[in-house]
Amino acid sequence: MNDGSQPILSLRGIDKRFGAVQALSDVSVDVRPGEVVALVGDNGAGKSTLVKIMSGVYQPDGGEIVFDGRPVTINGPKASQALGIATVFQDLALCDNLDVVANLFLGHERTKAGVLDEVEMERHSWELLQQLSAKIPSVRIPIASLSGGQRQTVAIARSLVGEPKVVMLDEPTAALGVAQTAEVLNLIERLRKRGLGVVLITHNMADVQAVADRIYVLRLGRNSAEFAIGEVTTEQLVAAITGASDNVVAERAARDRSGSPITPDAIDPYAVLPDGAGGPGHVSPDPDQERDA
Amino acid sequence: MTTTYDKTDERLLESESPRAVLSGFGRRIRSGDLGMAPVIIGLVLIWLIFFLQNDRFLSSRNLVNLSLDSATIGMISLGIVLVLLLGEIDLSVGSVSGVGGSIMAVLLVYQGWPLLTAILLALAVGVAIGTFYGLLFTQFGVPSFVITLAGLLAFLGVQLWVLGSRGTVNLPIDSWIIDFANFSYLPDPVSYALAVAIGAVYLALRLRTIRRRRAANLSAPSLRGAVIRTVLMVAAMLFGAWYLNQDRGVGYMPLFWVAMIVAVDLILRKTRFGRSVYAVGGNEEAARRAGVPVNRVYITVFAAASTFAVLGGILAAGRLQSVAQSSGGTDTNLMAIAAAVIGGTSLFGGRGSAYAALFGMLVLQSITSGLNLIGVEAEVRYIVTGAVLLLAVTIDSLSRRARRSSGTA
Repeated sequence: MNDGSQPILSLRGIDKRFGAVQALSDVSVDVRPGEVVALVGDNGAGKSTLVKIMSGVYQPDGGEIVFDGRPVTINGPKASQALGIATVFQDLALCDNLDVVANLFLGHERTKAGVLDEVEMERHSWELLQQLSAKIPSVRIPIASLSGGQRQTVAIARSLVGEPKVVMLDEPTAALGVAQTAEVLNLIERLRKRGLGVVLITHNMADVQAVADRIYVLRLGRNSAEFAIGEVTTEQLVAAITGASDNVVAERAARDRSGSPITPDAIDPYAVLPDGAGGPGHVSPDPDQERDA
Repeated sequence: MTTTYDKTDERLLESESPRAVLSGFGRRIRSGDLGMAPVIIGLVLIWLIFFLQNDRFLSSRNLVNLSLDSATIGMISLGIVLVLLLGEIDLSVGSVSGVGGSIMAVLLVYQGWPLLTAILLALAVGVAIGTFYGLLFTQFGVPSFVITLAGLLAFLGVQLWVLGSRGTVNLPIDSWIIDFANFSYLPDPVSYALAVAIGAVYLALRLRTIRRRRAANLSAPSLRGAVIRTVLMVAAMLFGAWYLNQDRGVGYMPLFWVAMIVAVDLILRKTRFGRSVYAVGGNEEAARRAGVPVNRVYITVFAAASTFAVLGGILAAGRLQSVAQSSGGTDTNLMAIAAAVIGGTSLFGGRGSAYAALFGMLVLQSITSGLNLIGVEAEVRYIVTGAVLLLAVTIDSLSRRARRSSGTA
């Protein structure tokens, strides 16, 4: 059995091309049980492509996916769900005209002699929501009448219906207010407490610092850096994301902190890599070389 | 534990008292959750107006005729409701009903097939037509509007080709489809027994739900409420049966129509397939990602719509005792679609009920019948029907807007 030190899901050396564009090259990510892994990167860094590979929407052109110690191929969303990987997409993918119960069990309805078992589904819905300490006034109102945070809650609760081992959250706080964001972050911590591997894709550095255990930075389709939380500052993260030591954001941040202009070495993302943190597929990227390939 | 799972949140506004139920209903209406309310109010108004114009309108005789006349196009309309729930449209149901009636009639009269086999083959053609639409729609992404517009023309041609130079085919007067559609009525005692039996089954199911919800620690509707509902329902059915029994009674064909509506309603509300239909109509992409077999849902629904169209065509053939080149003409098409919309099925998909076909068709047929009774010509009927359709679509659009502004779109 998995004692928490072995990755439940690992991607090794993943490649993905779209026509002439190399969207991902040699990307590696490990997710362990009871761990929140943040996947950060700028627009076009390949985060979404990586998520879609893990959720079975895209097939990788190269590399290996290992789930629970076994090499697997994920050839569709169903295969991904069957393995135990649940995805909460950014647009939530809820049906506004259906009520909370119907959305939670959509595609996995409980039936009894061919008839929907509404009582059982409603009871299970309340159990799920209580486990997440979620505040939903009624499970018999259409999704349309819920707030953004409540919808996010329903979407996350739905990902748990199939008893997954890994939950991927794509930008879960992007459209939420302060209180609702905090609620969703609490939810993520509860998922971790339940021993799930959580993959959090986000642009929001505050969220990353708040809940993530480890951070993978993607840049231009490659592993750019990997950090353990606590050993990295937001400035270093930003530098790794943008990949440029002389970019405006990093420069300003560093100046604010130290009161003096920064030297490139101080925020070189590759310089702060902890020993062995890169994983098997980790290579120091060289953007120029990558363009030639 | 004294509070059930679903009543723990203090923000819930619902309660059991009659006053709270009423104010909750008002709140739902204002926020655009209209359901069947507009069409039922409309039906009552229409009946009242025509009754004041001519008191024969609400006579047993006229209502029995109304029930017979509603059933044929009403059956076609049931298929339209299904297609509309997906947010799609089938414009060809009129032609397809004509094709179905023609195939049945020609096989029966000129090929000497047994009636049942002829009907089954016609229904199979309906399934095939709808499956073909569904495949075109799902595989090539052709808009259903265009597919079925092409079908409207093509199957009109097929109908003329099937009928050939004969033009009109008269069904043999002794065939049971004619009997079924015109002269078969439930014996009085059977109609009353049926009403009571339906009530008993309904009550038994309600009680079972109440017991199971209590066992699962969920709030359950009150026992008294269930009994009151059942009694009211049975009383209404008994009165209806008694009133129709003053004339010929409850016809087999209208009964068959209503039974099909109830069956479709149960499938929509109680099965995984029905849930998938609403999900695809509400958010196709969400349904696909949740693992709903979206393409299969589309194909099944298009097939069901065409099959109901053929069934309606067969019943119409029985009712008119013949099939002609004009069977299933423009009128049929527009009435079937209008009935579904007037009945409250949203054109935007995902909202509506099988009962839309029942009430929508009764509204349209009442207008036709009432205007005939007060001696108004066809041109007025078309204008009035058009106005009612426009009103229904306007209500649909307004309620959609109200849902949006109250955050429930």
